[in-house]
Amino acid sequence: MLQIQQSTYDEIVAHARRDHPDEACGVVAGPVGSDRPERLVPMLNAARSPTFYEFDSHDLLALYREMDDRDEEPVVIYHSHTATEAYPSTTDVALAMEPGAHYVLVSTRSADRADVRSFRIVDGNVSEEEVRVVPSLSDGEPVGSATASASALSDPQLSDEESHPR
Amino acid sequence: MSIEVRIPTILRTYTAGEKTVVGSGATLTELLDDLEARHGGLRDRLVDEKGLRRFVNVYLNDEDVRFLGGLETSVKDGDHVTVLPAVAGG
Repeated sequence: MLQIQQSTYDEIVAHARRDHPDEACGVVAGPVGSDRPERLVPMLNAARSPTFYEFDSHDLLALYREMDDRDEEPVVIYHSHTATEAYPSTTDVALAMEPGAHYVLVSTRSADRADVRSFRIVDGNVSEEEVRVVPSLSDGEPVGSATASASALSDPQLSDEESHPR
Repeated sequence: MSIEVRIPTILRTYTAGEKTVVGSGATLTELLDDLEARHGGLRDRLVDEKGLRRFVNVYLNDEDVRFLGGLETSVKDGDHVTVLPAVAGG
């Protein structure tokens, strides 16, 4: 399960919308071993493409050095799909190199509906997980499951579908 | 001669969990050969028959070696090499 703060979730969606029709990408860093996505770091998509994303090589080095200095790791790695569903593509799976990260996908193919899903990608195997959006990470209690948060942002019909990971 | 090489999490299976290993050589190729002697399998994850793998970034100090001399980049005692898989997808 991914537990993420509402404001971080909203910023990821806003970043994806802003960069549409190109893919947006970034990380949410957190203390090593904490599984707490605390610090949003939007990255430039060096590919500037509607079908591909890649962190700029120098930005990538700077990011990992900064996380190292702060004893952080990439808790969430997010990117958007601009014309397809929020599900990892073959390329996403082949290039996923952080087995400890939550891979968050945002689909911006619909202008008025936020589709946000989270996956683990380990050794080529994809497993979807629940997304819990909480008012703040220090609160143990979620504000609701993905169902509630998705319906607040968007079409309620979608929420049923989203609350049942395949 | 010693050059410090930072290994990303996903490749630490080749370094017994070590985050940093030390090697020697006059070029990146020689350094990778030297590392391979103690950390078998590591080199194959970084290079293929065409050179440095497309989605692996290797930095000499602050510079991506693609902007230097690739695998033929000269390295020297005291240099820091960092290996980072690209964060990329479709």
